[in-house]
Amino acid sequence: MNALKGFSAPVAAGVVLFGVWQGVLSLFNPEGFVLPAPSEIVGALIDNWDEVYHGARITGFVVVSGLVAGIILGIIAALLVTRFRTANETITPLAVAINAIPIIALAPIFNNWFGLTSPRSNQAIVVALVFFPIFINTTRGLTQVDRSQIELMESYAASRSRITREVRIPNAMPFFFTALKLATSLAVIAAIVAEYFGGRQDALGPMITQSAGLTRYDEAWAAVLAGTAIGAVLYFAVLVIERLAMPWHSLIRARIDEP
Amino acid sequence: MNVIDIQGATKVFNPGRSNQVEALAEIDLAVEHGEFITLIGPSGCGKSTLLRLIASLISPSTGSVQVNDKPAEQARLDRDYGMAFQTAGLFDWRTVTKNIELPLELMGWSKGDRRRRASEMLELVKLSEFAKHHPNELSGGMQQRVAIARALAFSPSLLLMDEPFGALDEMTREHMQDELLRIWKETGTTVVFVTHSIPEAVYLSTRVLVMSPRPGTIASNISVSLGDRSAATRDDPAFFKKVTEVRIALREVEE
Repeated sequence: MNALKGFSAPVAAGVVLFGVWQGVLSLFNPEGFVLPAPSEIVGALIDNWDEVYHGARITGFVVVSGLVAGIILGIIAALLVTRFRTANETITPLAVAINAIPIIALAPIFNNWFGLTSPRSNQAIVVALVFFPIFINTTRGLTQVDRSQIELMESYAASRSRITREVRIPNAMPFFFTALKLATSLAVIAAIVAEYFGGRQDALGPMITQSAGLTRYDEAWAAVLAGTAIGAVLYFAVLVIERLAMPWHSLIRARIDEP
Repeated sequence: MNVIDIQGATKVFNPGRSNQVEALAEIDLAVEHGEFITLIGPSGCGKSTLLRLIASLISPSTGSVQVNDKPAEQARLDRDYGMAFQTAGLFDWRTVTKNIELPLELMGWSKGDRRRRASEMLELVKLSEFAKHHPNELSGGMQQRVAIARALAFSPSLLLMDEPFGALDEMTREHMQDELLRIWKETGTTVVFVTHSIPEAVYLSTRVLVMSPRPGTIASNISVSLGDRSAATRDDPAFFKKVTEVRIALREVEE
């Protein structure tokens, strides 16, 4: 019942938005390149379903594989940095420096490294973009631990790895999931923009640039819609995993929500 | 037999550096079995440092700290003491029962024994109906009671408490003091308790140690014999007399 309540307001807002969009366009009837009506976009999506679906699978694979690799690398780096002081002193400043590079701007360069039509360069962009928020936030979560919880574990003569497992990792979970939600939308953006410059030509990115170049704006928007769907599905998946992984955390929400 | 035996212990933080701090100077202290000791003194007098020396969370710069007739380090490894802090330090990701079971898990108790022990401890702190709750669903006082239950779960012969009631409101605090005294009597544990509050120190202890700051030393050693405590104790002239005695001792160290 509560879950339904949570959904009904944004769904209603969405319906109103699309209604106004459709209505305004049918009243003023501007050129198609300004903004196609929702009905035209849905029409283009249905007409080109096979192509768009295929493109979404290609792009979706780049996003998910890059996301998974970026998460794994980010977590490993965070654990290393927390465990070893020298690793911390080498990796962290380096990571901060690299993070200042606009990574997406490297897409054409990565194409030279990995080959113009290889999805590898797109994946590499996604990995690099996902890595930093995961690494930095997880490190924060692993290190910003209640001092008394560490002292308590030391008073029990707990080993270092035990302290990591019992205290640091659970403490880092909310930090990690906050970063992960940020990373999923970043990953979709990164994949599509990287695809503008190279990679497989049947992915969503080239579909958008080519359709727009041929003034088929409804088709370009249909591809954008597919990209949105990838982002939404991933975000929702993260929310579900978060709830499963941190049942105690939803309790906090439950408590605050109650009047 | 002394539960705690400290001889000539000093503690200097960051020795040889510009931010060197002489936290404790030449502490001698013997605590007998079953005593309830409070450490009181102005902030920065090293009372928490002294508690951490006993707990072997830090080691003395010179001198020796013995707990149960062995080096404090060994006592820690043998899990001879339980500890509670100002923040309850409960793990949000564990239920109340699981929090109490944590030290038992680390000591390799079987699941059945842990469950049984945790429910006994919950009865002791009167929180049985909250066994399956998570800490963030409990009030501050209830969380502190869980922390005490956790500290006592493996029946340590020594309980070390660092301002455990400092963050509680006055009513909850007095209630918790009575609970602690009841548990102390029931379990026969030796307690070392750090506090800022003079009435709390007098109400709880068999002995109040007043510490002076920079570097920390034990300035006076005040025995308290008020018999069994109750609500009436707080209005007892003998209680006020002791409070005044401790207050005067504190005033002297601050001058």
